[in-house]
Amino acid sequence: MSSLHQDLINYFERGAPEDGSGKALIESLPYLKFLGIQTSPQQDGTVLTTLPFKDELVGNAQLPAIHGGVIGSFLEVTAIVQLIWIGQAQFMPRTVNMTVDYMRSGRAAPLYGRAIVSKLGRRLSNVRVECWQSDPEKLTAVAIGNFLTTQDKG
Amino acid sequence: MSDNPDIEEAAGQLISHVPFANAIGIRIISAEKGKVTAKVPYADHLIGDPDSGIIHGGVITAMLDNVCGSSVISALPAPMAIATIDLRIDYMRPAEAGKDIFCTTECYRLTRAVAFVRGVAYTDSPDKPIAHCAGSFMLAANRSDPIGANTTASMIGEMLAKNDGDAS
Repeated sequence: MSSLHQDLINYFERGAPEDGSGKALIESLPYLKFLGIQTSPQQDGTVLTTLPFKDELVGNAQLPAIHGGVIGSFLEVTAIVQLIWIGQAQFMPRTVNMTVDYMRSGRAAPLYGRAIVSKLGRRLSNVRVECWQSDPEKLTAVAIGNFLTTQDKG
Repeated sequence: MSDNPDIEEAAGQLISHVPFANAIGIRIISAEKGKVTAKVPYADHLIGDPDSGIIHGGVITAMLDNVCGSSVISALPAPMAIATIDLRIDYMRPAEAGKDIFCTTECYRLTRAVAFVRGVAYTDSPDKPIAHCAGSFMLAANRSDPIGANTTASMIGEMLAKNDGDAS
């Protein structure tokens, strides 16, 4: 078991984003740190993820619009964080597949994400994810994905 | 790597106008009409799991999304803005730590409104893929002036024409 992953589980179990420790932990994951993704467990059992805007994330410099791949990455991270949070998994979930529907371009503003675990399976879990900017009713993109939540290799 | 340094240089422009593509280090290594191969060099800031050093799946998502877009641009008869409608990615194995990631994408069908794409990401050989993708792009998706696309689509067109000329 990865010690980092255990730290991540401990962070979610503590659910204490106020002291900044969780933020530091999430930011210790290089790609999440690079994107700048933050997490905040909510009362309703979901984890709200936030991606503050920065110039590096732009895909179309003229609009400007956030890169579609950044939005896809953000949705994938949101799904995995939610799986860890509700599943209290002892290992990092692994993505089997993800399908992203892009509905609006991501503007130069923070992006928010939340995921619903449709089924938490012993081996395979199904997750729906959505993200938005100013209005949660106006979704930027949604995704549906399958994740391996077993430690079996292969 | 490339037999077509001119096309390589022109195709590089497809990426240089995209800040995030620069941020993760995407480089186009070969391009022809409707088909583009690109590379993301292994880098520490792209790691998803520090224990194993494996690159985050999201990097592959971003790479495939971008290079699929490049293959659409390379297939277009006229420059226009494009936007991803949907993209599905199947992950077959993790990318080995320390290895550069390659992908080849193909725009296999172009209609007036929609372009259909597929692609494969790999480290050593396309026969041993890390991930497959399939997706679609909206054509003339927004009113932004496709300066980057404009320049590069025509540049690639010129390079292809020049190449055809050389071949005949």
